[in-house]
Amino acid sequence: MRTGLIAKKLGMSRLFNETGQHVPVTVLQIDNLQVVNIKTVATDGYNAVQLGAGNKKVKHTTAPMRGVFAKSKIEPKSKLVEFRVAEENLLSVGDELSSSHFVKGQKVDVVGISIGKGFAGAMKRHNFGGLRASHGVSISHRSHGSTGQCQDPGKVFKGKKMAGHMGAHRTTVQNLEVVSIDEERGLVFVKGAVPGFASSWVQIKDAVKLNAIPEGAPLPAGLKIANSNDTSDEKPVEEIEAKTQESTESSANVDSENKE
Amino acid sequence: MTNVIQEIENAEVARVTQGKEIPSFKAGDNVKVHVKVVEGTNERIQIFEGVVIARRNAGLNSSFTVRKLSSGEGVERVFPLYSPRLDKIEVVRYGKVRRAKLYYLRGRTGKAARITEEKMGRREKQLGINK
Repeated sequence: MRTGLIAKKLGMSRLFNETGQHVPVTVLQIDNLQVVNIKTVATDGYNAVQLGAGNKKVKHTTAPMRGVFAKSKIEPKSKLVEFRVAEENLLSVGDELSSSHFVKGQKVDVVGISIGKGFAGAMKRHNFGGLRASHGVSISHRSHGSTGQCQDPGKVFKGKKMAGHMGAHRTTVQNLEVVSIDEERGLVFVKGAVPGFASSWVQIKDAVKLNAIPEGAPLPAGLKIANSNDTSDEKPVEEIEAKTQESTESSANVDSENKE
Repeated sequence: MTNVIQEIENAEVARVTQGKEIPSFKAGDNVKVHVKVVEGTNERIQIFEGVVIARRNAGLNSSFTVRKLSSGEGVERVFPLYSPRLDKIEVVRYGKVRRAKLYYLRGRTGKAARITEEKMGRREKQLGINK
């Protein structure tokens, strides 16, 4: 099992393929994605990598999270996600991942938070038919109908589909095809729609249904090359130290405690 | 941040239109659209000729609607402007119309559905071509 990636949904577009047919695609951007922490069987009982994506200002990072980032010597990230991986696919802290992690033509599962619809009626939420437009129906054209029987059982069964809050929950779309990869800009083009609004964070993983690592996919993960570890590791630490010293004393203390 | 989607779409337009010229035309013009049709294994070109009754300008998603009379029956076809399946678009005649969408033609046939031709040279001058 390889790690997944955190990506930002940029929106949808279309591409034309070789046969001239148009393919609807969702554009996902891999933005500043790094390994923040790793978990191993020895220390945590399971193998996983914690990835962080995006940028977050130090002043907007809570003191406990500053400690976490300082420990990994990484600049604060706006989104953190943990992915379970097989032991041989563990990465090391600070590794930067790129969109070359996925290969063209492979299938992926995409997890996102669906767009919130608020309090929605039964018609919108559960595709109920509603009531008739005429023949004596008054005021309740979009209502659900009966919710059950009479004195026996004398209650509404649990799980009855009714009006309520819709959307804004975790949704997975399985087996979406990767149409193409743009490594330079860090883009992944996935065929079809993906849950969430544009600019929301989503997770992309190898499709679980296929139960195999796709052919030609990089192992343990698609890392960004030409990034010597020395420079990329040291620079953020200095910046974090400088920034935290500028900010309140208390947070600086937290940092120094963690370093000790 | 620059709009990445916009960049992608512009690049796609450039890629699709490579070595292909899309003439300038608008609603009211008569066009011949050369469409690539796949029949079994071989591909051939089919021509759809009619009057443009609508054009949607939306970058890569641009499309136009062509209406013609086929054996007495009105037929409309919507083409994506940048589809690689369009071999060529030929403008046959420039029409003079006063609106952008000519949906009113749908209810009309014969004499009522005429569109006057734009005066020779006027559109050419606008487009900067010598015809």
